Parts: sequence; C-alpha cells; structure tokens
Amino acid sequence: MERTGAQIIWECLVHEGVQTVFGYPGGAIMPAYDALLDYPIHHVLVRHEQGAAHMADGYARVSGRVGVAIATSGPGATNLVTGIATAMMDSSPIVCITGQVNSKLIGYDAFQEVDITGITLPITKHNYLVTDVRELTHVLREAFYIARSGRRGPVLVDIAKDVQQALLRDWEYDDRPIQMTGYRPDKSPLTADLQRAAGMIHEAKRPVILAGQGVLLSGAMEELREFAEKTQTPVAMTLLGIGCFPASHPLNLGMMGMHGEAWVNNAIQQSDLLLAMGMRFDDRVTGKLETYATQARKIHFEIDPSEVNKNVRVDSALIGNLRDTLGKLSAHIEACDHADWNDQITDMKGDSAVRDILNLPDNGHLYAAHVLNDLHRHTHGEAVVVSDVGQNQMWAAQYYKHDQPYTYITTGGLGTMGFALPAAIGAKFARPEANVWAIVGDGGFQMTQSELSTAAQEGIKVNIAIINNGYLGMVRQWQEFFFDKRYSATPLRNPDFVKLAEAHSLTGIRVTKRSEVETAVNQAETAEGTVIVEFCVEKEDSVYPMVPNGADLQNMIQRPVRAQEER
Amino acid sequence: MNHTLVALVEDKPGVLNRVASLFRRRAFNIESLTVGHTDRKGISRMTVVVTSSETDAERVTSHLHKLINVIAVTDLAEAPAVMRDLAMIKVTALPTRRSEIMQLVDVFRARIVDVANDSLIIEITGNEEKIESFVDVLRPFGILEMVRTGIVAMARGSSLIPGSNGNGNGNGNGNGNGGH
Repeated sequence: MERTGAQIIWECLVHEGVQTVFGYPGGAIMPAYDALLDYPIHHVLVRHEQGAAHMADGYARVSGRVGVAIATSGPGATNLVTGIATAMMDSSPIVCITGQVNSKLIGYDAFQEVDITGITLPITKHNYLVTDVRELTHVLREAFYIARSGRRGPVLVDIAKDVQQALLRDWEYDDRPIQMTGYRPDKSPLTADLQRAAGMIHEAKRPVILAGQGVLLSGAMEELREFAEKTQTPVAMTLLGIGCFPASHPLNLGMMGMHGEAWVNNAIQQSDLLLAMGMRFDDRVTGKLETYATQARKIHFEIDPSEVNKNVRVDSALIGNLRDTLGKLSAHIEACDHADWNDQITDMKGDSAVRDILNLPDNGHLYAAHVLNDLHRHTHGEAVVVSDVGQNQMWAAQYYKHDQPYTYITTGGLGTMGFALPAAIGAKFARPEANVWAIVGDGGFQMTQSELSTAAQEGIKVNIAIINNGYLGMVRQWQEFFFDKRYSATPLRNPDFVKLAEAHSLTGIRVTKRSEVETAVNQAETAEGTVIVEFCVEKEDSVYPMVPNGADLQNMIQRPVRAQEER
Repeated sequence: MNHTLVALVEDKPGVLNRVASLFRRRAFNIESLTVGHTDRKGISRMTVVVTSSETDAERVTSHLHKLINVIAVTDLAEAPAVMRDLAMIKVTALPTRRSEIMQLVDVFRARIVDVANDSLIIEITGNEEKIESFVDVLRPFGILEMVRTGIVAMARGSSLIPGSNGNGNGNGNGNGNGGH
C-alpha cells in the first residue's frame, strides 16, 4: 500500500500497541502531526517537552508498556534530554521520536537543527537518525524492541522531515522476527552457577535479600516472595524496588540506604550473604564502599553484565532476566530456617519505633510524615504514588507503605526535580482507574508546574500533594547538617498554590493542621479533575535517619527526640 | 597493563563515535584505536589498546558489548596473539649519510618507500617495541615526521574472534589484508 513516512510512523506505533503519545509539535515534525489525525492514537499536548518524556516514563513505569514522546527538532529535541537521562538511569522503556531538518540540510546549521543523536548518545540505550524512508519501519520496530527487552531503556529515533514527506508506493508492515546481530538480550545463568549460588544460600546464617527495580521490571514479585519465604530470608528494598515485596509481609525489612531505617542497614552490615536482585549497588545504597557489608558473600542477580563488579565485588553473578533466574534457581533451593537471624533483626528495631514521629501526639505542628501516613491510611495503601525528588521523596518512601507492585514511581538514579507531576499524568493515562497521587515539594513542583495546564486540558484526575516547607528542603537539610546552617539559595517565596489551581479552574486546598489532613484528602479524591492540596508543613524538619554522604552505612544520624520533648 | 581488545562492529555511520564516546564517558584511557574493513561486508574490526587493570578491562569489554552496533568483543590478553603496528618515518638523509640509514633499514627489515634529495620515507611493520627501537636509532639523523597506524592484532592458531566467520571455518583465502 501507499504510505508516506509520516504515516509509517503511526502505522508502526499502532502495530506496537501504542494508544497514547505525549508530545509537542513544531516545524520539522509537522508532517507526522498531520498524519496523526488519521490514526487511533491519543496525543497529549504537553507544555514543555521535558514533560512529554517524563509522562512517557511514568506511563511505562506503571504499565510495563513502552511510553512514547514526540518532539520537533532543535529546542524540542533538547528539551527532551532531562527526561531521557532520567529514563536511562532508571532503565525505563521509552521511545522518543524527534523531527529533524531536511536530510539535505543536516550539517549546515539549518533553522532548528541540532545533533540530537550526538547529544543523546550517552543517555540513550540506542538511537537512530533516519534519512531514508525505506529504513523507517525496521528502525521503529528495532527501537521498541530495544527499549523493552534486556535491561530496558530509552531509545531515540530522529526522523528527517523529508523522510516523513517521502512516499513509499509498496509499503507493507514487516512483521518478521527482529534479528540484530549485535544485540542479544536473552542471557541466562549456567546450571553450575545456580548450583554454586544455592550452596552459598544454604550455608548462610544471616542472609539478606536486596530487592531492586529489576524485580518489578522482570515481573518477579511472586518468585521473590516464594524464594524469601522458602529460605526465610528478610527482604530489604532499594528506593526503586519499593512495591516489589509487600510492605506488610513479615519478612519485609523496608528501604535500605541513605534514608533507610537503621535496622535495615544494620542487618545488611551484619549479614553474611547478600542476595542482590535487580539492583546496582548505587552509592546511595552502599554508603562507603570500603566498609560495606564486609562480612557478607554476595550473589548478584543481574540482567546487565556491566553492572557486575562495578561498585561491589561479588562472589557469584547470575546473569539474566531475574524472573527466569529465580525460576531456575528454585529447583536447587531447599527450605531454610533463619528464626534466630530474624529475631535478631526484630531486636535491632528496638526503640526505633518510639522515635517515630507518627507515634507522637498531635502537637499542633504539621509534619510531612503525618501527611504521608494519613494519606496512606486514607487511601488504604492502594494509590499510585508518584514522588518528586528530595525530602518529599524520602518521606513518601518511608511513610507510604506499598503492598502492590508498580505503585511507587520515583526518579532514583538521576534525581530529577520536576519529575512527579508529568510522570503522574503519564501514570494516569496508563492506568485511568488508579487513584494517582503526585507527592512534590514546593521547589520541584514549580519546575514543571506548567503541566498542570496539560492535566486541565486533558480533563484527567491527578491528586497533587505539595509538601510545602518554603525551602528547597533536602538542600536546606544538608546545609543544616554539613554547612553550619548557612541557607544559601534555599528559601523559596512561593506563589499561592490554591489560587494557581483555581487559575486552571481546578480545585485547590490548603492544609495547615494535622486534623485537617484526612478531610482534605477526602475532598481531593471526591473533587472532579486534578486537585492541588498544599500541605504547609514544619519548615525546618529533616529526613531521618540519614547516612551522611560517603559515610559507613551503619553510622546514621538518628531522628532526634526533639518532637518528644515538645509533648 | 595494556589490554588489546578486538571488537567486530557493524559498519554504520556513527559507530566509531559510539565507541569513542563510551571510552570518554566511562573515563577509559585509549592507548591506540584502529578501525578497518573485514572480509565480510558490513562488518568492521576495531583493535583497541587500553591501559588498565584487569577489572577495568572487564568493564570496557562489558560496556562495549552493550553497544547495539558491537557484534563481538574479545580481550586478546587471554590468548597468544600477533600484534602489528605500521609506521612511516620521514627522516633527514643527506647523500653523505644515506647509506648508513639504508643499513639500519635492512637490519630492521623496514623498507624505503620514498627518496628525495635530503630525506627518505621509511615504512616499518612490527610490534611496538621493534618500531620504538627503530625510531630510537633513527632519531640522531633527524626525524622530520612520523605516522603510526596503531596496533592491529589477531589471536594465534585457529582460534577465531567470535562472530568473525559465519560458518566457523576461518581459513578461507578471501582476506585481502596487507597488500602494498
């Protein structure tokens, strides 16, 4: 059949099952936008291309499907960069399609020309520049295949304007299996390695599972739970692993690392066997490498061989899709009993609970912990929580307990402020039935607050909790701890967020007391359309506990008893 | 320690850039890098010498593997290999000293490929040490200009770089390499 390049783009997307794309038109992508009108794909018009990339990312993270962002050449393409880097660091499968100037003009500094394949080389899993319409179909098919297979990640396809306009008289969708000589993502561990790992597991007295996002990406939640229960091994999660193991499970330890609870990090430091599953020993997780889990042997379950022995030397590496690996490993695993070890960990929890701010009576101050705790209770832990970066992110990770997978979405690797609102919008499109809550700080919200207009235009419902402490809170906290309280460039003079919502014909609610939290959450959830709830919280509250940057994992700054004294 | 890595890559625009960008991004030091065609259409062969520890060499290899356009990577440190570098050296050669230089050329099995009134261009092939010692003996005559290709390498015996031959028979005669 006869198809233009522009039509081929959408034909391919329809074949990939794409229903929603996020984008922004412009000169070099106009032919594609013209053809879009004839295809059953919903286009979400963003307010800034960064938002499009984050929306595609949020969409991908809650659904497992590839998210798609569209932008024009030049500034449209460069605006995607932060979103692409975010997806790269967190292995999120997105495909970004950018228009490029006419292929004859490439290299001549044409209007809105930028070398986006060059720019995104280190922040994409792979990218393509298409200058021949006959290559377009297989490039797009490969792009989706690469994005969703192996260790997932972003792929960018830059398509010259004349390619979009070119006509192919005898186009047919090519649905033969994709063959790429240089890309074979399906690896699996050798039986001998599995047996050796099983031996180490059976010998261990104090094992800990470190569960990362790989559990979610490979869909290994059931396999993880079976493994943990059979071997009675406690499970600590990375920030991105949250939700991969039920928070309410007796073997759940909680989040590890810089803002993990002390018993989690202490358990890791005292462990004699770490089972790292789909995680990459990020510096926020290990603290100082020289003193990290020195007594423990380590088994790394990992899909990407370049992650093995990168930060931490391991004793065994099981390369492959985690779900498959755990499936194969289970045949070699016998039931274990680690009652002593689990009791020991329970003892470690000790008085941590009484230090917890949640157990304190309402002293008239509103703490972010209250907000997240009450939100958790009110939503029965069933909301999809999309957090931004900084204190709000850590409080969300600590106090909103997730029993379901794919319900805590956050930017872990890149730590991109401004992620939450657009990612929450993307998540809502992927799961329209879900109760989506964006948790943002007053700083991060303002980085991408223009996407509020997108939410309003689309008429979708995202609940936005702004944790407003009038500071760039996490930086302020570091200034307090490590820079003698010299608050350089962290205080914020904010707009009236309630009026901002109203300016979009949306509902805005302000909360200043703990007693108002539940009512506000209730009001937000029943109101029509996107809602902003501004929580005016304690200004100089900090996230506890905290492992200072580069310190030993067991040396944590504990939550002070200050709040208790206020009683 | 130097590691010699051989990578078979797809012969597509930008592949060299991807490899170079990876080395820059991960802060790997390249000692030398050469690229050329193989006997198979659409596949180029890169020889990369990196100065690095064993761990770093593993990292380079695994990161190279991740590039979509890289088909196979082998670390030649794991097996005996033939390594060759080619240099062309333009050296001052006044008629009075020309024969002296020509004797050295003979000793090193180098070749004179251009003769001018007051200079010569000498071509020499060999491993790095041989070329370096040749350069050392030429230096007193006055080296005007020098160019080196960087190392190309091949494992000894019948072992093959994975992916270098589709049917597993590597001893064909189709290799047009090295014709002068």
